[in-house]
Amino acid sequence: MLTDYTRYLRLKKFPHIWCSGCGHGIVLKAVLRAIDRVGLENDDIVMVSGIGCSSRTPGYVDFNTLHTTHGRAIAFATGVKMAKPEMNVIVVTGDGDATAIGGNHLIHAARRNIDLTVVVFNNYIYGMTGGQGSPTTPRGMKASTLPYGNIEQPFDVCHLAAAAGASYVARSTVYHARLLDKCVEHGIRKKGFSLIEAMTPCPTSYGRRNRLGDGAKMLQQLKDLSVKVDEASKKPANELAGKIVIGTLKDEDIPEYVEEYDRLIMAAAQGRTS
Amino acid sequence: MSQGNVKMLSGNEACALAAIAAGARFFAGYPITPSSEIAEMLSFLLPKNGGRFIQMEDEIASMGAIIGASLCGVKSLTATSGPGFSLKQENIVYAAMAEVPCVIINVMRGGPSTGLPTQPAQSDLQQARWGRHGDHPIIVLAPATVRGAFDLTVRAFNLAETYRIPVILLLDEVVGHMREKVELPAPGALEVIDRETPNVSPEEYLPYRHSETDLNPMPAFGDGYRYHVTGLAHDETGFPTNNIKEIDLQYRRLNRKVDRYIDEICQVRRLETEDANIGIVTFGSTARTSRHVVKAARREGLKVGLLQPVTVWPFPDEDVRAFGQQVSHIVVPEMNLGQMAREIERVAGCHAEIHRLNRVDGEPITPKEILDKIREVA
Repeated sequence: MLTDYTRYLRLKKFPHIWCSGCGHGIVLKAVLRAIDRVGLENDDIVMVSGIGCSSRTPGYVDFNTLHTTHGRAIAFATGVKMAKPEMNVIVVTGDGDATAIGGNHLIHAARRNIDLTVVVFNNYIYGMTGGQGSPTTPRGMKASTLPYGNIEQPFDVCHLAAAAGASYVARSTVYHARLLDKCVEHGIRKKGFSLIEAMTPCPTSYGRRNRLGDGAKMLQQLKDLSVKVDEASKKPANELAGKIVIGTLKDEDIPEYVEEYDRLIMAAAQGRTS
Repeated sequence: MSQGNVKMLSGNEACALAAIAAGARFFAGYPITPSSEIAEMLSFLLPKNGGRFIQMEDEIASMGAIIGASLCGVKSLTATSGPGFSLKQENIVYAAMAEVPCVIINVMRGGPSTGLPTQPAQSDLQQARWGRHGDHPIIVLAPATVRGAFDLTVRAFNLAETYRIPVILLLDEVVGHMREKVELPAPGALEVIDRETPNVSPEEYLPYRHSETDLNPMPAFGDGYRYHVTGLAHDETGFPTNNIKEIDLQYRRLNRKVDRYIDEICQVRRLETEDANIGIVTFGSTARTSRHVVKAARREGLKVGLLQPVTVWPFPDEDVRAFGQQVSHIVVPEMNLGQMAREIERVAGCHAEIHRLNRVDGEPITPKEILDKIREVA
């Protein structure tokens, strides 16, 4: 069934700020398809973001929307979830926002396994500020602050979240938009901390500096580089270097933080401290 | 007089009890001396009262979490000390900009940087006002006693809810850790103010309206008013704008909402000021010390009076100016290098001679030191 996107959008706020060829709109549509499939009401969603191109997403959607400070979306979202656990809290964030300035909040929210759905728009770059290198920029690639190429080891955002304790971790690309909405849907349904990494092209800042071509060519590259998780499991590690493994990477049942806290409230009300 | 509500408490414990009494049901914090007792006590009390407590991964996250909770309609607070207060500034000014009520308790300790973690100071007075970027309003209260810490914590929430603003409670370590017998007000006797919620439909609601009062009601997330909250310059609807006229109007309203209510917000306490010709102006525990000094000086025939700003920001300019016109000398004892004296010189420096008395060695100022200074200037 086709999704009626208009019931989720603040149409008056369009056109959006994203450049032509940017994949962020595809991520947004995948998130809305996921919300539609889960059947959430607009009033029951709080969408929280930090700072950056992807963090402008909440301005375009008709939910309770909270555009916070750089890197802090997950911290604000933690307060929202604890104050109103019945709300569905979705965090939209970028690679720099989530893993550099906000890296500490990301790992600790995953460790607590608090019921947030975090969608990381990973375009390997700080787009809004003009294309500086980020913690996910691959080795050797160029950015406005990496004129000689990146010598740093990049983060694997999914491994980071999984190791920190998230209960659901998945990756897709904007080429694999149908897989992306399935991952987000699963993340919303999952009780606990979910992280979905959405690989999305930035032709303006990243593609141009690295001669990767326009948005369509970068989509093709995302397709060519992707390996489904079940196929990847059969391949040796050296064959996966530089590849994008897509699909569900972790799905475990782990006690959720706010539910645990509610048990603590019951115990405290009865005068028990243990 | 209520019976049976007499307790032996520290200032920090009084803050925790008062937060519960004021209706706070969410605390997020990070351990730091000398404020940690507030977090410890609330970790015990909040779940017993149906609230929630979380120890976050850092000071910045704590500040972010309480803003998120407050947007859901839950009164929220955090507590810290100087170095942690510095880390919180980014999100405190977000709360000021987005007009989200919340309370930040800063139990001041000595020195810049790690400084003197277990010793008192009053050296965050200017940080509390100017520690952040951009023009924005802030309200800062400074108790001098344990009962004062209780009352002003309740008042901090009331002001935050009334003016949709972050309110900072500035304790010095002496007040935070001092234990004394206090009689707490009966729960029913407390004035507890909750934020106004909209009485218009979601379609008509403007979260940042240029209202006649400069103030606006605030719905909770989930109540059907799906509005946008941002730290970007925004218009009446809350959405980002580049319209220079609208930006100017919003920034001026934001700052005016405290300026125009200054008489309601500013509180000072006076002791023997009517006929004084020598004044003491100070805040926090030093004001308490000064009460003894006033009595001792009076016994020596010196006409000394104390003016204590209880609201330290906005600074009570008019009260201090009038006091400066009345007295010839103002002695300003404070556990910093003249952070309040600077304000007194600004408003009363042309009327009275201002005498600074400062300690920054981690020890409180003694009554004798203040009395000696008064004798010197008399």
